[in-house]
Amino acid sequence: MEGSYWDLVLLVMEVWLFVVLGLIVLPAMFGVSLGFTDLYIKVLVKTLEWATRRIQRGQKEQDTLPAHLPNGIIERNDDSMEEQIVELRRSHPKFHSVGDFTLCDAFYFCKKGIESIVDDEVTQRFTSEELVSWNLLTRTNINFHYISVRVTIIWGLGLFIRYCILLPLRVTLAAIGLSWLVIGTTLVGLLPNSNVKNWLSDVIHMTCYRICARGLSARIRYHSKENRPKKGGICVANHTSPIDIVILANDGCYAMVGQIHGGLMGVIQRSMVRSCPHVWFERSEMKDRHAVAKRLKDHIADKSKQPILIFPEGTCINNTSVMMFKKGSFEIGGTIYPVAIKYDPQFGDAFWNSGKYNMVSYLLRMMTSWAIVCNVWYLPPMSIQDGEDAVHFANRVKSAIALQGGLMDLSWDGGLKREKVKQSFKEEQQKMYSSMIVGQD
Amino acid sequence: MGSTSSTLSKIPNAEELSQETGFTSAHLARLFERFEALDKDKKGYLSPQDFEAIKELALNPICDRIIGAFFSSGQEMLDFSSFVRILAHFRPIDNNRPKEPNSPDPINSRINKLKFAFQLYDQDKDGKISRNELLQVLRAMLEKQVTEEQLESIADRTIQEADLDRDDAISFEEFRKSLEKVNIDHKMSIRFLR
Repeated sequence: MEGSYWDLVLLVMEVWLFVVLGLIVLPAMFGVSLGFTDLYIKVLVKTLEWATRRIQRGQKEQDTLPAHLPNGIIERNDDSMEEQIVELRRSHPKFHSVGDFTLCDAFYFCKKGIESIVDDEVTQRFTSEELVSWNLLTRTNINFHYISVRVTIIWGLGLFIRYCILLPLRVTLAAIGLSWLVIGTTLVGLLPNSNVKNWLSDVIHMTCYRICARGLSARIRYHSKENRPKKGGICVANHTSPIDIVILANDGCYAMVGQIHGGLMGVIQRSMVRSCPHVWFERSEMKDRHAVAKRLKDHIADKSKQPILIFPEGTCINNTSVMMFKKGSFEIGGTIYPVAIKYDPQFGDAFWNSGKYNMVSYLLRMMTSWAIVCNVWYLPPMSIQDGEDAVHFANRVKSAIALQGGLMDLSWDGGLKREKVKQSFKEEQQKMYSSMIVGQD
Repeated sequence: MGSTSSTLSKIPNAEELSQETGFTSAHLARLFERFEALDKDKKGYLSPQDFEAIKELALNPICDRIIGAFFSSGQEMLDFSSFVRILAHFRPIDNNRPKEPNSPDPINSRINKLKFAFQLYDQDKDGKISRNELLQVLRAMLEKQVTEEQLESIADRTIQEADLDRDDAISFEEFRKSLEKVNIDHKMSIRFLR
């Protein structure tokens, strides 16, 4: 009796492995799609559309909250400080256009202050984008109100599919992908340096990322592939989550830049660098900007090395906007290849809110979403122009990326997620106002 | 997306609050969401630090005074009703609301908006903006390079223009008179997009 029980278990496992390897891993490695993901997404879209219609029908009977608009909930006046204060003073009996203070000037600052209390541009960038309609995931459910039995059943079914079928599948795939990476790169690392080694290294990296992409049910569309980053260049992209790396590396080989971690991450990093050069820094080295710049410069000077992948925002933003690009990567020289990544939030929220979730819970959330659907646009290469400084260049690249990805172009520093606003920002406001009152010195 | 009724049920005294402040239920629900978003530690009330964490507010030269307006009675805990009552000052004036003869002014009346602005200047709440208080506001709004003399001359000129009873301070009446023609409704109101 026991024998046959174990036989059964073994049989199930063999079938499972066959399914996984034969139908997913092997085609993935060869870059072939059997069409499962596309079919799955089609079915998903139909289901979500149906669910949206039911929910909207149900909502008509109740009061609805106006949808959260990406540009905030209140009217803002974007005129400059000077324009607004002059407007304020226009009706004042003793109208001074410039110079001299008027009591009503404080109204400008007061109103701006209250506006930012009610709604500010920055705080909303560090939380997940609100969806216009619910996508049957519990986590995006802000105010779920029981609509109908059918929607609830579909939701329950979705829950079962995601947690009991998709999750184990995806975890298996991720495990296979990562072990393949570690083992493969270590083996390749034993070979002497040669073209064969480089080719093998590329193959190993690419296949691993493809398997991982299947592990997330990712459907990625690449646009303008002719602008793909070339060797000796720097690839620059907006940052939403660690998954960005998997997304980009599915279509090309990059040299990663980052800090060496401990644990599993460290193991992966150390083995990757055996087969092809990546740029890993110790924590202490990161502080020395010159050392960092030098290593990056040396890397891109060697035309046989893969292009570097850098995320100049420095932190994860929620994919509705692009925040300040740190100028460090733009000072090194070399050609910049901008890339815009935009996720479709309908299928799963890719944003990593590192304050709220650690890496493991984040990955779990990723693997229990419907899918990761995103668009990647390769933009034409840009270089720094004569007389342009790094900050201006960085902003130019940022605007290009924001424009292509349909994201808001903000000049706020992503580091504000964790830090306080610098005193210098306040001083800038004071300076602007002073120039109106006492004139330029 | 969500239903207003489930958010409103979390707000204590939503009906009365709506009556008192004039905010619609939808706007109250939005403000409650904002209140919860600002209350990062989920305390159920807001502290001055929660306001200081708002980046755009932190770069406002008079941010301390604005935050002070919310915590005027010296307490360090701001509940939702008080939060909304202060924000109600910035509702656009409703011209079509009939004014009952003996009812108090709505929170967002012209006079109350002016009073709110007045208290930003009058920090010791003695009903007058003294020369010193004016200097303090000027110091906050202008850059460090502006000299004491320049500040004093600006303060002198301002008081001269507005001070009618020559007591070297600006009372609320003088403040109000001096700003008679300013379109307060437009300049001190915040409109919801929907």
